[in-house]
Amino acid sequence: MKLREIAHSRTGDKGNTSNISVIAYDPKDYPLLLAQVTAERVRAHFAGVVEGCVVRYELPRISALNFVMTETLGGGVTRSLALDAHGKSLSSALLDLEIEAPDNS
Amino acid sequence: MRTIRIGSGAGYSGDRIEPAVELAEKGDIDYLVFECLGERTVALAQQARLKNPEAGYDPLLEERMRAVLPLCAGKGIKIVTNMGAANPEAAAKKTAEIARALGLSSLKIAAIVGDDVLDACKQGDLPILEFEGSIKKLGNRIISANAYLGAGPMAEALSAGADVVITGRASDPALFLAPMIHAFGWAMDDWNLLGRGTVAGHLLECAGQITGGYFADPGYKDVAGLARLGFPIGEVGEDGSLVVTKVAGSGGAVTAQTCKEQLLYEVHDPTRYLQPDVVADFSQVEVEEIARNRVRITGGRGTACTGTLKVSVGYVDSFIGEGQISYAGPGALARGRLALEIVRERLQLTGVAASELRFDLIGVDSLHGPQVSAHANESYEVRVRVTGRTETLREAVRIGNEVETLYTNGPAGGGGAWKSAREVVAVASVLLPREQARPQVRFVEG
Repeated sequence: MKLREIAHSRTGDKGNTSNISVIAYDPKDYPLLLAQVTAERVRAHFAGVVEGCVVRYELPRISALNFVMTETLGGGVTRSLALDAHGKSLSSALLDLEIEAPDNS
Repeated sequence: MRTIRIGSGAGYSGDRIEPAVELAEKGDIDYLVFECLGERTVALAQQARLKNPEAGYDPLLEERMRAVLPLCAGKGIKIVTNMGAANPEAAAKKTAEIARALGLSSLKIAAIVGDDVLDACKQGDLPILEFEGSIKKLGNRIISANAYLGAGPMAEALSAGADVVITGRASDPALFLAPMIHAFGWAMDDWNLLGRGTVAGHLLECAGQITGGYFADPGYKDVAGLARLGFPIGEVGEDGSLVVTKVAGSGGAVTAQTCKEQLLYEVHDPTRYLQPDVVADFSQVEVEEIARNRVRITGGRGTACTGTLKVSVGYVDSFIGEGQISYAGPGALARGRLALEIVRERLQLTGVAASELRFDLIGVDSLHGPQVSAHANESYEVRVRVTGRTETLREAVRIGNEVETLYTNGPAGGGGAWKSAREVVAVASVLLPREQARPQVRFVEG
């Protein structure tokens, strides 16, 4: 299944850094996010977009992850050549990530 | 426990105006905050002020003030805003003039000045946070340097009786923190209270983004009434407790999901959200729906503020030229690709001096690049987009021209060509020792 089935997401921007939250609709799915939505997978998913590194922060009390991606916004929101200079649409791309459903579901 | 109600009347400079009027009319609010100052807006406003000393404040200031001043004056609602941009005093004078014209000459209007730290920045040689080099590297391309001020001066203005407080650059959450400090007398070193107040300010500062804007995804996250989206109200207690809600009957929704998304919006390390007044910790925050369109937020914390203030430095970065043209029907994608090849070759042949070029097909790969977009289906129409960075306006113009000439020199059926060339004012950040910014409250005569 797609990540979209179990989580929602929002992108924010600061300079050349983008952050994307991934929030489980149901707290029961938070362990799935923890196990499968890793910083490495997110970086691979955004090949050609993220030039820097991806750091993941965990927020168990709201069943959410926060990904901080450096060198991602075309040199910075205020000078980027990109059509979506803020990277607002990146959250929708991340929800396309494949998630393996656990066998007992 | 004492509680205040703070309405958020704008999430950016061009935001809708009726939701703020709705808050003033029906929100039973004590404070109305307008956050209208984007990262580079101060630099653009400073350019305007250099041309005209009475300019340099938010272009919608007059329209917003005319719309809400009579209601706010009638109900005793205090207004706090960063619509002062590069010229808070001129904005305050203009607001006083509007108040007089509306028969509200008893309103007390304060400007906060002192966020302009250009001189202090030029004296030092501060390192730039976003890229290699120091502020000296930007030389005479620097337009402005404005420190993100804290809530202190705005709270002071409210305590001195201001009905309207107009600041320039200040931290966005601080616009909301100021009424809390004023109303509850919070100490400026009670880090947990300031942290909780910052959580509230952060959640409210983007207005519609917590009431269902920037959120809807049909079939997954449905939101009714986005055309008449209600803006948020924060009910803040003197212990920093918070309930987020909106005017009954307005469009949109306040849910646990909308609050969680906004909690992490533009946040990096959630344990260290750096603010001028506090380092806020969002990591233990919990979100609970207590009734329809009522969400309780708990668990915000804070630690001592740092010794520096973040400063936004506006500078002339470059010029950007751009051209677009569309192709449709069978073979649209192939013709779009051919068009890009032609423009790429033309820019070389004619020697356009660009330091960076970008070739996009809108509808195919313009948002996330060819790798992420590789598996998408072919679309019925594509829009060619070529952009480039140059040192001069003259060179930038040539990029759009090479797209436009595809009309008569490019693939079949190219339509709707469009071009632009513009100067790019960009923003870089530095950290300034906090004592070098000296904010002041100035009341203008009504």
